[in-house]
Amino acid sequence: MTTSETPEPTRRDFIYIATGAVGAVGVAAAAWPFIHQMNPDASVQALAAIDVNLDAIEEGQSVTVMWRGKPIFIRHRTAGEIEEARDVSLDDLPDPFAQILGGDESLSAADENRAERPEWLVMVGICTHLGCVPLGEQGEYNGWFCPCHGSHYDTSGRIRRGPAPRNLDIPPYEFTSDTAIRIG
Amino acid sequence: MGGNSTYHFKNPVVRWFDSRLPMVSMVRAQLVDFPTPKNLNYWWTFGGIAAIMLVVQIISGVVLAMHYTPHVDHAFQSVEHIMRDVNYGWLIRYIHQNGASFFFIAVYIHMFRGLYYGSYKAPREILWMLGVIIMLLMMATAFMGYVLPWGQMSFWGATVITNLFSAIPFVGPAVVEWLWGGFSVDNPTLNRFFSLHYLLPFVIFAVVALHVWALHVPGNNNPTGVDVKSGKDTLPFHPYYTVKDLFAIVVFLALMMAFVTYAPNALGHPDNYIPADPLVTPAHIVPEWYFLPFYAILRAVPDKLGGVLLMFASIFVLFLLPWLDTSKVRSATFRPLYKIFFWVLFVVCLGLGYLGAAPAEGWYVIASQILTAYYFAHFLIILPLLGLIETPRPLPASISESVLGKGGGAAPAAAAAAPEKRG
Repeated sequence: MTTSETPEPTRRDFIYIATGAVGAVGVAAAAWPFIHQMNPDASVQALAAIDVNLDAIEEGQSVTVMWRGKPIFIRHRTAGEIEEARDVSLDDLPDPFAQILGGDESLSAADENRAERPEWLVMVGICTHLGCVPLGEQGEYNGWFCPCHGSHYDTSGRIRRGPAPRNLDIPPYEFTSDTAIRIG
Repeated sequence: MGGNSTYHFKNPVVRWFDSRLPMVSMVRAQLVDFPTPKNLNYWWTFGGIAAIMLVVQIISGVVLAMHYTPHVDHAFQSVEHIMRDVNYGWLIRYIHQNGASFFFIAVYIHMFRGLYYGSYKAPREILWMLGVIIMLLMMATAFMGYVLPWGQMSFWGATVITNLFSAIPFVGPAVVEWLWGGFSVDNPTLNRFFSLHYLLPFVIFAVVALHVWALHVPGNNNPTGVDVKSGKDTLPFHPYYTVKDLFAIVVFLALMMAFVTYAPNALGHPDNYIPADPLVTPAHIVPEWYFLPFYAILRAVPDKLGGVLLMFASIFVLFLLPWLDTSKVRSATFRPLYKIFFWVLFVVCLGLGYLGAAPAEGWYVIASQILTAYYFAHFLIILPLLGLIETPRPLPASISESVLGKGGGAAPAAAAAAPEKRG
């Protein structure tokens, strides 16, 4: 059959390769539990949803709550801030997407998409650069400013200038009444 | 190592043991009789100093682990408990804390010595690369150790550094959650960092053994960079270099203990005495001083992935160094141009360290970009070209000649004057 000088594969060659293949699968199967144990465990996953009462938050105030070990900014925006956020042309935004966790990834970064009710802005308070907590009502766009590496976010939490690659994430949340939300 | 021994031991018990496990003859050959160039200067003592620092860190660390609690609710308290309640706990913790800094001081001097005298060149490439691996392991160990006290800098340092991996396209966020064991730096992160911080020093120890093995195949480089030509060029390691190394170790440890006892927190950051708070980021997140040059490179690039890649590249370029340097002459003593560029690189590294501690704004960013560019240019452009352009000065015929002058041993008076004359 073969015209080259390569010797015909023998049954021994076949057994050698088959043994190696089974061994490799076995090693991979044995390794997986040792890799997967480092992923978020059941108790961490269980802390998924929290309820927040918005009653006490006056216009122009913000509160920070913890969700999944992360700070969540809830801001009762002023009319001026809403107007500022909605007046921005989408072409001026480095990140054109709304960044809603678990939501439609192609949704535009228009403020209407990021704030379901315009007066309430709910965001994960973690800079998308390297994870610091940005400071509120600061920076060149009157929104948030990250002191670690100088990222500026606007009044809709969208990145405008600095090293951060994405807008601040919007967590999944719903209004359970006019003055309460459930995050998660 | 070992093999069939040529030693004959008078003591019958030693002879019986050594013929079954040739440990005694290995120690004799590698640590006592080992032929070592006779012109090694004090810059050559930092390898031994670094090895001692590893031992100091392991011993003090094992003791600290007996009193420390790796839990977010107790870690900070247990460190204060070590400082205030445990007998000599303050001393042992300050030794461990400052020991990390002095371990890096020793290793950085050791590496710059290698750069100056061309110790990475053939046939010592593997030796050099093992050294770079040791440095990477040290960085991982030091980073995870800094997280354990669970202060503000611990927490936010861990957050920023683990977030570097989120820059990896597609799988980045999944990798970061895997590192954290959650959705933020939290108790699972602290637990695994403690586990790995305990493990890695022993991995370092094993790689150090390989490093010493790789050293003992070609033997030491020396300040002239000229190969050992005959027995006249060498001295037995013991007692000549055991004593020299020991003296240097004593002086180095004295300096370290001066910090431990008089300025124990001078090299640390006061914010780490504030318990970790996931809701408040300190105004200035600054890594420990030994990471500052790399941190400056990270921040020099306005793009997240680019900055991360460049920072890792600044270390990985060292793996290629033996092939990037095209000059056949090892020692900078005989390379007039390289000697200048070496010192420029040294100053650039110090400059990057300064910029790593400065806020990331204004001219600091521009300066970081210039120095980062120069750092890479040194390795990728200057070194390859320099070997082709530069005319080295004439090399001595042998180590002996460089020490004793042309007479080669006839003029003992000259011996004291010649060695260690370097730029």
